[in-house]
Amino acid sequence: MIEIHEDKCDLCGCCVGVCPENCIDLTENRISIEHEICTNCRKCEWACPFEVFEFKNEKVRLKAAV
Amino acid sequence: MKDSYDVIVVGGGPAGSTAAKYAAMGGAKVLVLEKDREIGVPVRCGEAVDHEGLVQFIQPHKKFVAAEIRNFKLIAPDSTVVQPNIKGLGYVLDRKFFDYELARIAANEGAEIATKVYVDGVIKNDGSVTGVSVQYHGDRLFLKSKIVIGADGVESRVGRWAGIDTTVSMHDMESAAQVTAANVDVEEDTCYFYFGERYAPGGYLWVFPKGNKTANIGLGVAADRSKQKHALKFLDEFMAERFPQASVLTKIAGGVPCAETLEKTTMPGLMLVGDAAHQVNPVSGGGIISGMIAGKMAGKVAADIVKQNDMSLIGKYEKEWQDSLGARHHRYYKIKKVIYKFRDNDLDSIAHEISKLPQKQQTLGNIFKQAVIKHPTLILDVMKLFF
Ligand SMILES: Cc1cc2nc3c(=O)[nH]c(=O)nc-3n(C[C@H](O)[C@H](O)[C@H](O)COP(=O)(O)OP(=O)(O)OC[C@H]3O[C@@H](n4cnc5c(N)ncnc54)[C@H](O)[C@@H]3O)c2cc1C
Ligand code: SF4
Ligand code: SF4
Repeated sequence: MIEIHEDKCDLCGCCVGVCPENCIDLTENRISIEHEICTNCRKCEWACPFEVFEFKNEKVRLKAAV
Repeated sequence: MKDSYDVIVVGGGPAGSTAAKYAAMGGAKVLVLEKDREIGVPVRCGEAVDHEGLVQFIQPHKKFVAAEIRNFKLIAPDSTVVQPNIKGLGYVLDRKFFDYELARIAANEGAEIATKVYVDGVIKNDGSVTGVSVQYHGDRLFLKSKIVIGADGVESRVGRWAGIDTTVSMHDMESAAQVTAANVDVEEDTCYFYFGERYAPGGYLWVFPKGNKTANIGLGVAADRSKQKHALKFLDEFMAERFPQASVLTKIAGGVPCAETLEKTTMPGLMLVGDAAHQVNPVSGGGIISGMIAGKMAGKVAADIVKQNDMSLIGKYEKEWQDSLGARHHRYYKIKKVIYKFRDNDLDSIAHEISKLPQKQQTLGNIFKQAVIKHPTLILDVMKLFF
C-alpha cells in the first residue's frame, strides 16, 4: 500500500503537477490517489515538500491499458 | 451559477482573475470557478513582484503591498555577500488582498465568481472542449461554455483532461516550502537570495521582508534532487541556524513549474494560462506578472472568439505569447540549465571575486563574466544561449 499521511498534506499540488498518470485528486481539503491508475512511479513521493507519501514495497507497474 | 456561459475560467489566482476581467470587458459572459472557499487563501507564494510588471495592471496600493524593495543581496554558500547594483523598485505583496482585489475588479467588470466549486473534468465534443464538470456542495453539475480557460495553477489538470500533456518533469519542478515569520531581523527594503547545495540544491532560498520584522522565508529544491532531503527539512534547518528567535506565523508547501512554456497552450475550446501553461520565469520562479500578462491575452482573445463566433481565432493567444514573451522565456530556461551546473565552490569563488569590486561594478554582467572565468566550459553553454 501507498500510505498517505493526510495529516501532513498541505494540499499544495506539487505532487499533482509531476504525476505522469494524472491520478492524484486534490479537492479543497482532501488528497486521494486513484490506485487503479497509479503505476507506483514514486515521483509524487520525491516531489512532496512535506513527505506525505510512504511507499511500502510497491513494485513499479506498467501503465494501465486505456 | 447558471448552466451555460461564454467563458468558464478554472482557477481564481492572478492569471484566472485577469483572464476573467478582460473577457468580461470584451462583452463575454464569464464564470470563474475556484475550489477553495476563499479567493487568495492559502497564499503559496514569496509574493515579490517588480514595479514595471505590476503597474501594467494595477497601481501599487497599501491595501495589498506589504513592503517596498530597493536592494538585493545574493549570498554564496560560504556566506559571501554580493549586492548587485540593480536600479529598480520591487514590492512584496500581500497576496491574500492582492488576489482578492483582482477578483473584485473582474467581478466589477461583470464576471461571476464562484468559490468552493471543484472542477473534476472537462466536457469534450468532436475534439473540442465545450465545458466542465464540477462538484458543488454534494452535487455533480455539468456547465457548458464556448471557451474554457485553464488557470488551475501548478496542478494543471484541465489541460490533461482535455488531452494536452502538462506534466512537469522532476528536473523542472521546484518542490517548495515557506514560512511567514515574525521577529526576523533583516533590512526591510532588501530581498535576500541564498544559493548553493547546502540551502537548496537545484533552486534557491529567499528571504523577502514584509514589514514590521516579518518576512517570507522559503526555498525550492529541484524535485529530482529532493529524494534524500525534502524542502521542509532544508527550511527547518535554515530557520534554526539563521533565525532561531523567529516565530512562524504560517507554513506552506508549494510547487513551482520552472519549465519551458508548454509547446501547446490551446486547442479548440481551451486556453491554458499562468502556472498551468508553465509560464513562470524558470530562473526566478516568479509567475504572478507573467500569469497576468497571459491572462490578459487569453481573456481578450476569448472575448473576440465569442463576439465573432470564430473558434479559429484561438491560436492568436498562443502566437501573441510566443511573439512577446516566448523567446525570453526560452532564454531564461537555458540560463537556468547553466546556473544549475554550478557547485558550491564555483559559487563561492565567483562571489569572492565580485565582492572585491567596488559596489558600482557589482553588476549582473560582471557576475556573469566572473562565472565564465571560473568555469570556462560555461562559454560553450553561454554561446548556446544565443543560438
Ligand atoms: C513557494 C512559492 C513561492 C513563490 N514566490 C513567488 C514570488 O515571489 N513572485 C512571483 O511572481 N511568483 C512566485 N511564485 C509563483 C506564483 O505563486 C505563481 O506563478 C502564481 O500564483 C501563478 O498564478 P496562477 O493564477 O497561474 O495560479 P495560482 O495562483 O496557483 O491559482 C490557481 C488556482 O486554481 C485553483 N484550482 C486548481 N485546480 C482547481 C480545480 N480543479 N477546480 C477549481 N479550482 C482549481 C487553485 O485553488 C488556485 O486558487 C511562487 C510560488 C511558490 C509555490
Ligand atoms: S505535494 Fe505533498 S503537501 Fe503538496 S499536495 Fe501533494 S501530498 Fe500534499
Ligand atoms: S506513484 Fe506515480 S503514478 Fe502513482 S500517484 Fe504518485 S506520481 Fe502518480
